[in-house]
Amino acid sequence: MKGNEAIAHAAIRYGFDGYFGYPITPQSEVLETLEAEMPWETTGMVVLQAESEVAAINMVYGGAAAGKAVMTSSSSPGVSLKQEGISYIAAAELPALIVNVMRGGPGLGTIQPSQADYFQATKGGGHGDYHLIVLSPATVQEMADFVGLGMDLAFKYRTPAMILADGIVGQMMEKIVLPPFRPRRTDEEVRRQCPWAATGRHGRDHRNVITSLEMDSPKMEENNLRFQRTYAEIEANEVRFQEYFTDDAEYLIVAFGSVARICLKAIEDAREKGCKIGMLRPITLWPFPKKEIERLSAQVKGILTVELNAGQMIEDVRLAAHDAVPVFHFGRMGGVIPNPNEITDALLSHFPDAKA
Amino acid sequence: MKEEIVIAGFGGQGVLSMGKILAYAGLMNDLEVTWMPSYGPEQRGGTANVTVILSDKPISSPVLDAYDTAVVLNQQSLDKFESKVKPGGTLLYDPSGIHRLPERTDITVVPVDAVAATVELKNAKTYNMVLLGALLKHRPVVPIDAVLRGLKKTLPERHHHLIPLNEEAINKGMSIA
Repeated sequence: MKGNEAIAHAAIRYGFDGYFGYPITPQSEVLETLEAEMPWETTGMVVLQAESEVAAINMVYGGAAAGKAVMTSSSSPGVSLKQEGISYIAAAELPALIVNVMRGGPGLGTIQPSQADYFQATKGGGHGDYHLIVLSPATVQEMADFVGLGMDLAFKYRTPAMILADGIVGQMMEKIVLPPFRPRRTDEEVRRQCPWAATGRHGRDHRNVITSLEMDSPKMEENNLRFQRTYAEIEANEVRFQEYFTDDAEYLIVAFGSVARICLKAIEDAREKGCKIGMLRPITLWPFPKKEIERLSAQVKGILTVELNAGQMIEDVRLAAHDAVPVFHFGRMGGVIPNPNEITDALLSHFPDAKA
Repeated sequence: MKEEIVIAGFGGQGVLSMGKILAYAGLMNDLEVTWMPSYGPEQRGGTANVTVILSDKPISSPVLDAYDTAVVLNQQSLDKFESKVKPGGTLLYDPSGIHRLPERTDITVVPVDAVAATVELKNAKTYNMVLLGALLKHRPVVPIDAVLRGLKKTLPERHHHLIPLNEEAINKGMSIA
């Protein structure tokens, strides 16, 4: 099935309580599949096409405030519209899942694949000092798996998580094993798991109030310090990545999402000719696998980042590599997808010695 | 075993669905598969293409710059993909869709007059299945029964009575290529 369809099926199977969205290419199949599956008749999951992206993210805010497992999905211009709501959700310390199937920008741009929202996803996006946990799927299988992982991490740390996919992995079809059904939590289970949620008093002596507003500056600073402690904990515990051929690598490619697969093909071809190229694929874009890149930068002679943008993740790679080795960028923009040969050529143009 | 295939033509010719049926046939035959469409406002009339990879090992890139087999159904697609067939590869084309013949001599070039075949079958919608038959004759990457099981999987149940007609079209394609 398609990556977008996998997200929809996974949302039902992982026991989500609600999906709120608004159609936009290249992710419309998420909403379409959910409406065709009609989970409100089976698991009781709510599926709602909102009047806009802004409405959808605020419905997510409301659902999350009540301790529900809720999500939304969109593509780049739509995700920009959601940023205010995402900042509020982060500030209110609520779990939620946001899916961005990126297309080429800026502006309305194009409907073709892109990774140009890396900065937006990993550096905040909305206003204020906050982070999302950002997961980058490279396969249709990961599209499904990360729906569950994203939800679990969001609840564990009470912070929104994002699946940062792109038009390639959203539109392509692949073999996939869907997760087993996990029943939706009962109201009682929600109250137990989320004692902070606005679910009614139930004998408590205080009301739970969900808000991002705190007019008292020292208290707001305390809130911020608490957020930062959570982020430090996430950075310590939740870094995920995958390495390919790094054991003997002399040159390293760093790439995320579907582009990492195009790079892998380039590396497989180059290895047949004896070029010792390896790859690190960050799976969590935030928290970023800094230590692993630092370690590999002591081993390799050079690093090439490959991204469908003008060079965004390269900043994090350079920070992690501490100028130990030269770091270059190769990318295509505006929805153009590079082929494996272009990637090999780019690597060899920066590092002629990589040629066996 | 690994077969990297591109199918390209006008939107509406059944390019994406032919690729989908091929991919499902691979799935039925326990192969790894990827199906990567050109997506966009090209449902009818624009150019559409799909890359299908069938392999007995995990597949890295779903996007390619060279193909084992190309099926091209119009001039733009021939112009775009003829040079991208690997030496020794196969190019199938529909002569009714083009005005310049393929020029490569280092690949197997197969004309498939699928339009004429659909006239004989009295059903224009069998066009892509005729081509699939022709493809499978030259590149037997999946057995016919896997294709029929793939069809069952991709066609909504209300269309399952058309499976024998599709089988006939696949056989027709095999006989004319």
